[in-house]
Amino acid sequence: MKIKLATVALGALMAAGPAMADLVFPSLSYRTGPYAAGGIPFADGYADYFTLLNERDGGIGGAMTRVLECETGYNTEKGVECYESTKGEGALVYQPLSTGITYQLIPKTTADNIPMHTMGYGRTSAKNGKVFSHTFNYPANYWDGASGAINYLLDANGGDINGKKVALVYHNSAYGKEPIRTLEELSKKHGFDLKTLPVDHPGQEQKSQWLQIRRERPDYVIMWGWGVMNQVAIQEAANIRFPMENFIGVWWSGAQHDVLPAGMAADGYKAITFHAVGDDFPVFDDIQKYVVDTGKAAGAGDQIGTVLYNRGVYAAMLAAEAARTAQEIHGTADITPGMMRDGMEALEITQARMVELGMPNFGPELKVSCENHGGNAMVGVSQWDAAAKEWNLISDFAPTDGDIINALIAEDSGAYAAENGIEERCN
Amino acid sequence: MPDALLFGTEVFLNGLMAGVLYALVALGFVLIYKASGIFNYAQGVMALFAAMTLHGIMVGQVPFAHLINATFGTHIHHFGWEIPALLAIVLTVIVMILLAWLVQRYVFRHLVGQEPIILFMATIGLAYFLEGVADLMWGSDIKTLDVGIPQGGSFWIEENTQWMGMGNENFYGFFLDKLDLVATVIAAILVVALVLFSQYTKQGRAMRAVADDHQAALSVGIRLNSIWVLVWSVAGFVALVAGIMWGSKSGVQFSLSLIALKALPVLMLGGFTSIPGAIVGGLIIGVGEKLFEFAVGPLVGGATENWFAYVLALIFLVFRPQGLFGEKIIERV
Repeated sequence: MKIKLATVALGALMAAGPAMADLVFPSLSYRTGPYAAGGIPFADGYADYFTLLNERDGGIGGAMTRVLECETGYNTEKGVECYESTKGEGALVYQPLSTGITYQLIPKTTADNIPMHTMGYGRTSAKNGKVFSHTFNYPANYWDGASGAINYLLDANGGDINGKKVALVYHNSAYGKEPIRTLEELSKKHGFDLKTLPVDHPGQEQKSQWLQIRRERPDYVIMWGWGVMNQVAIQEAANIRFPMENFIGVWWSGAQHDVLPAGMAADGYKAITFHAVGDDFPVFDDIQKYVVDTGKAAGAGDQIGTVLYNRGVYAAMLAAEAARTAQEIHGTADITPGMMRDGMEALEITQARMVELGMPNFGPELKVSCENHGGNAMVGVSQWDAAAKEWNLISDFAPTDGDIINALIAEDSGAYAAENGIEERCN
Repeated sequence: MPDALLFGTEVFLNGLMAGVLYALVALGFVLIYKASGIFNYAQGVMALFAAMTLHGIMVGQVPFAHLINATFGTHIHHFGWEIPALLAIVLTVIVMILLAWLVQRYVFRHLVGQEPIILFMATIGLAYFLEGVADLMWGSDIKTLDVGIPQGGSFWIEENTQWMGMGNENFYGFFLDKLDLVATVIAAILVVALVLFSQYTKQGRAMRAVADDHQAALSVGIRLNSIWVLVWSVAGFVALVAGIMWGSKSGVQFSLSLIALKALPVLMLGGFTSIPGAIVGGLIIGVGEKLFEFAVGPLVGGATENWFAYVLALIFLVFRPQGLFGEKIIERV
């Protein structure tokens, strides 16, 4: 009887109190156009995780979540339109999923006091929270990716790659050029010979670059590709019989759809990653039970465990944990974008927390602070098993070269601050 | 032989092969332009649509499955059968003929006699419409297309050309991709078949008559609509061949429609009205851009191919506006 009375009283209290608004998480997705193959699984993973929180836990801290999806087609103008049309709905954090859109939104989100999370893309120097107050790029950025690739080569060669020849095949765009400076610095430090080979958009034809690789026989090839460039490069590497285990892509060149067209020839190809691969995690059992089996999945439910679905789930988990942190800081479930920013800046993901979330070792442990918006800069390496058609993590998440990267970040963010008259914070 | 000559020869040969692949796309443009004066912006998307349809038929995918499932709450995706490549190609050709009929019946029949720019804009609309339909029909995922064409460098050629290096340890024999070799043979057969078709068949001669003067052709009893359906069907078939070749290399995905960009300099150079022009233009562009990248690319940071193809085409255009094999432009006053 007491329990019944308490339930009735709580119900009456909730009905009488102010209605709690949903926690709005916009999803700037690209389910159409040339890059849809990568956009769909990410968007599905992002949406499914929030649906899971609603269905299983009743939202975050008692507040239901709402994913507000807007199609960008991976187009910068459309991305900005999506931002403008959704920010008034109480959007807590934007994940633009495009470096082009990110650059446009950095000043806008700062002016509107809405945080932005660019996980593994965007402006690398946004890691410097003293300059970029509203942009976060934890757990890793492009320069961590470049350093992670070189660290892996160091491990594979007993710590000595002096005199080795390393070729960088890159998308001839701002994105593709991101790792060059870091690799140049690393080549000075470790004594390897760096050769850069640009590939023009979209990258459907790469015969010249791979003939050059065949002629010059580099020991390793690193790829900074996107879209069709990835599939063609892997096929061309196979065509010239370049040893696939010596071919390493960044995380945007390491999904299932990048390797499947080459069939068995892609076996052994590697990719840098900042999150786990595969579906052997309790969280996916819950997604299957509460989301897919109940018909509430964003997609067909057949993407669980794919690289980009996992990335979407991981991004959503980090956003949800930041929202939870913000609720704790401000003592309210009904948080604003400004509060969300505070939560992101105080975010800490420990191994114990990942176990509680059903995602043990899903990503590196990380701690964000006012000065450091990029986390602990740890990356791992995954490898494609063509026979089993699955990616496997073949290394632990390991730290990248902070000495070189932090100096570059300080230089680039300093220039941005000077250009835009930004005073450093966190003092 | 010195390194530069050896590697230059290899680049030249691979440029020829790349040129054939460009020419395959350009052929579709030429066929439609020659017969109807329409610059078909949708040719690249037709290649994409054809390749997606071929893949869908081969793996027994249910067309419009997402739409059906979303509307009726079903969960159907596949019919549960697979179809051999050859039969699937035949079925895809039938789909492309149907598409040609629909395009003619519902778009271009209503635009007869309009300005070329109107017709061009109609093809832009058609391209985006077709891209959307292809997305709805077959989904956006990247599809692996395997119709049995071999891929990878030919061991035989490598081993049997290694002697040309005369002991040069940097030379491993010429690299030639087997898929490119197959594409060359298919392109040659296609061109011969197209020439024979247009020279020696009733429909082919009618096609040429329409191309020369469609009003005169009408006056001698040639049915214009039928001929245009035929032309779009043949262009659809050529698009399918291009889609198979390019799709086998990179998987079938939406970027496939961008191969049209590779055909433009070929058309500028070879002329919009000549089938041999498309082939020769393709070869010149292929060889020119690859040799330029080989010789000059390293000096200027690389990635010269896309823009150099257009520079090459512009140079030809300045001296011969109608292209190498295009019909001479004569204005009578």
